[in-house]
Amino acid sequence: MERKIRVLVAKPGLDGHDRGAKIVARALRDAGMEVIYTGLHQTAEMVVEAAIQEDVDVVGLSLLSGAHMTLFVDVAKLLKKKGMSDVLIVGGGIIPEEDVPKLKKEGISAVFGPGTPCDEISDYIKKKVKR
Amino acid sequence: MFDKKELENIKKNRKDWEKNNYNTHVKKHPERKTKFENLSSNEIKNLFTPEDIAHLDYLKDIGFPGEFPFLRGVHPTLYRGRLWTFRQFSGFGSAEETNQRYKYLLDHGETGLSVAFDYPTLYGYDTDHPMSRGEFGKCGVAISSLQDMEILFSDIPIDKVTTSMTINGPAAIVWGFYIANAENRGVDRRIIGGTIQNDILKEYIAQKSWIFPPEPSMRLIVDTFEFGFKEIPRWNTISISGYHIREAGSTAVQELAFTVGDGVEYVKWAMKRGLDIDKFAPRLSFFFNAHNDFFEEIAKYRAARRIWAKELKKLGAKKPRSMLMRFHTQTAGCSLTAQQPEINIARVTMQGLAAVLGGTQSLHTNSMDEALALPSEKAVRIALRTQQIIAEESGVTSTVDPLGGSYYIEWLTDKMEEETYKYWDRVEQLGGVLPAIEKGFYQREIANAAYKYQKEIDENKRIIVGVNDYQLDEPIDIPILKMDEKGEERQINRLKKLRKDRNKQKYERNLERLRKAAEGDENLMPFILDCVHSYATLGETCQVLRDVFGEYEEPAIY
Repeated sequence: MERKIRVLVAKPGLDGHDRGAKIVARALRDAGMEVIYTGLHQTAEMVVEAAIQEDVDVVGLSLLSGAHMTLFVDVAKLLKKKGMSDVLIVGGGIIPEEDVPKLKKEGISAVFGPGTPCDEISDYIKKKVKR
Repeated sequence: MFDKKELENIKKNRKDWEKNNYNTHVKKHPERKTKFENLSSNEIKNLFTPEDIAHLDYLKDIGFPGEFPFLRGVHPTLYRGRLWTFRQFSGFGSAEETNQRYKYLLDHGETGLSVAFDYPTLYGYDTDHPMSRGEFGKCGVAISSLQDMEILFSDIPIDKVTTSMTINGPAAIVWGFYIANAENRGVDRRIIGGTIQNDILKEYIAQKSWIFPPEPSMRLIVDTFEFGFKEIPRWNTISISGYHIREAGSTAVQELAFTVGDGVEYVKWAMKRGLDIDKFAPRLSFFFNAHNDFFEEIAKYRAARRIWAKELKKLGAKKPRSMLMRFHTQTAGCSLTAQQPEINIARVTMQGLAAVLGGTQSLHTNSMDEALALPSEKAVRIALRTQQIIAEESGVTSTVDPLGGSYYIEWLTDKMEEETYKYWDRVEQLGGVLPAIEKGFYQREIANAAYKYQKEIDENKRIIVGVNDYQLDEPIDIPILKMDEKGEERQINRLKKLRKDRNKQKYERNLERLRKAAEGDENLMPFILDCVHSYATLGETCQVLRDVFGEYEEPAIY
């Protein structure tokens, strides 16, 4: 049997807004993926550790506090450092348009803002994660 | 409420109308949907008539404003006497930047302040703590010590303007900063007015910025109740909040049920301590969301007031002042769209109007750009102007509770009250509020509602203008707030200097006394004030309490 796509949905930093992360986690699960949700208040190290332990294909980061330029980038850099550069990183939250190209440059493959249909996220992941 | 004979007559006529008029019309011109529902999934029928409120007793169930059960409002004159407080939640970057924003808002007609703190502050960390990385000043202002509070309120008349502070886990300490600042400025602590949110239950349920486990958290909260009515009598020592429960995805009914239920829980804890209900209850305040379904929101506020009044009476309150629910309202942040951000102004107008028609005591109207970033100066000014238009131009302030007596509104108010009690029964079956939190009951209810709402949007069953219909393919052209990049460095340097300059012996001794007191059962407020006065930082003071109380860990449910 084909292995399901494994996704880590993570909330780095102190931000407590978890509505979006939980909805996406559930939607990805309903779309046939294996989803692990970290819960709140994760450091970059904790997120990367979980990604390695769970052997995921995708790390989905959610932040609504505005700390994405620091914390998304921390996670991306650390994943790379740990030899996990083939992991697809996507992000979502309250992220100003002008930050998106900078995040992409740092390895966050796509950013999904408010109003994104869940299907758009799962379709994107399915397209990107080839098996 | 109606004469029996007349009611029979209405009933008969309604049936005739349905048969002869409505049904034939619908046959030719079907309605847009087969079923109409509000945001709490209650079916809304085509027409409400006296039949739907026939069971109500006007004097007992509806009554007069300023009198039990306060359904129609907490004051006899409501906005004919005094308008609600225009209170915009605001804070970003360093204390200096936010101080400038406060002055700007006051200059443009704001009548009360409301402080948004950044995440490190909300968790009781100083700006230079490792967990604070990336978060400085991002979604609020960073306040690490009394010194920052002094800057935040410099040149602001704290003896006149009231201040609301959205702070929960470390509320007692941050309130301490405010009190100490007033005292240092020669302002009598008995005249300062404002609110601390201080509502930990909804943190566990929805907002998730907690520090300590439930028991010690509740102790700290009851400490502030007691200290408040004795020492800072014009302060609302809690703002029991549904706002965040709603933002996390709950329905209006859940928001109502969980919030008022939390309120009752606080009262019980305070009474268990032996506090006199008529002393502390008048200082309890509430905070609700204003979401999209206009009438449902209005009914929610009205139902909340009546339930609260009845429950407080049951709990033994004697003074009317203890039974009346005063509340702040904020329009729904989660309803704002990043797409076509300007149209958020229209949403906010309707949401703000619902809050006013529901009899709010104070209001925050969101800025159009908040699905993108913190609001720019212009965006927040427009949001404030929106309130001013409702207040000055719309005419809705001329009479008290203008929708009172509406068949639909009174029916819906009743319905929401009924559903609230059903939720309370379920919570009771789980063993009460804290066990229900531990079992993840609220969290699961909210997550389910949030998922359902999103699915409805994804499947186009629910239309959000600009998101799944009426879209526009144009770049978003809206100025984004820029923060002072030097702010964090300045803040960290200030902290360094403070740590060097203060009287080491004094603050260490005060922290040690706080530790001893926390291990016992004394009221901690006086000890906290001593720490604060000797410039112990937020992080240091919280760390002492963390050592004694431990930290909360939640079960992650999605």
